[in-house]
Amino acid sequence: MVIYGIYIVSKSGGLIFNYDHTVPKIETTRRFTYPIDLKLNYESKKISVQFGQRDGIHVGHVLTAINGIQITGRQLDDGKDAVEILESKENYPLTLTFERPKMTTNEKIFLASMFYPLFAIASQLSPEPKSSGIELLEADTFKLHCFQTLTGVKIMVVVDKNQIGAEVFLKRVYELYADYALKNPFYSLEMPIRCELFDQNLKTMLEQIDKGGIASI
Amino acid sequence: MTVHNIYIFDRVGTLLYYQEWNRLKHSGMTKEEEAKLTYGMLFSIKSFVNRISPTDTKEGFLFYRTSKYSLHYLETPSGLKFVLNTDNHSQGIRDLLQQIYKEIFVEYVVRNPLCNLNEPIQSELFKTKLDAYIKQSSVFLTKSM
Repeated sequence: MVIYGIYIVSKSGGLIFNYDHTVPKIETTRRFTYPIDLKLNYESKKISVQFGQRDGIHVGHVLTAINGIQITGRQLDDGKDAVEILESKENYPLTLTFERPKMTTNEKIFLASMFYPLFAIASQLSPEPKSSGIELLEADTFKLHCFQTLTGVKIMVVVDKNQIGAEVFLKRVYELYADYALKNPFYSLEMPIRCELFDQNLKTMLEQIDKGGIASI
Repeated sequence: MTVHNIYIFDRVGTLLYYQEWNRLKHSGMTKEEEAKLTYGMLFSIKSFVNRISPTDTKEGFLFYRTSKYSLHYLETPSGLKFVLNTDNHSQGIRDLLQQIYKEIFVEYVVRNPLCNLNEPIQSELFKTKLDAYIKQSSVFLTKSM
């Protein structure tokens, strides 16, 4: 039973709520000798793997630490430049830590608003009349269930591929949204949901699912 | 169980082939425009899936489902994209797409020296073979009227 994350998108496509439930951390540390057998990309702000997938280090993973010292952007926490260290031979052998980049809040907002047109186009391109938008999107690592309420609010949940019964869960989240967000006099529509009771009840429900499965709610 | 339509795109987004069988609703735009929209949507879904996935993806996007139809997607390592729309009850469409690639596309397009690989497929043989292949597959059943 794995639920990775919950997203609520408002009628106009803005992300008004998100909650990460279980986010697996994918991190690999390895010792490298000169020259290093990965092709790194220095072009963006981060140093990422461009080519040469091996030992759990995948393309797209970002360099997070050199010899145990954390990197922010391209700079080590002790003030040195990461690229300079990587490129000079005398620093080797080096212990490098790579990690699958985590989604930042900005990225989540961006992705949520990206889902909105996909949802609309899927309904427009339908070969059958009166189709809804995307209800389930499946990839090889996760499933995304989407439930659109009559008022146009979308509730999305990212779950494990083998998770069943996500529709029931979505309906329950909707109930919580109706009960604790909409009935809160301090909540204004289309604005991010910051209601304590909503958070609390959602967490309680997720704990219940972790213990007894989706059938228990 | 029905098959609605198929799109084949190359790696840069050119529509190589389009055919429809039981399509009840048309999007109201030209075939070219619709193909561009479909390709754009799939391109976005691909990057969306790669970002939102909790772990590293291998194949990435597989299919999506709406209340009325399912869109199945197969991308080859060379960037060819096969997109098949079916109803929601169809099973094993991924295998079917793989077979179409292996047995129809490679046989009658790649091995045909007169077929240019980056422009729309004109071959009549490919058309008839693909049509026959879809029609004999287990998912193809015309809706009883």
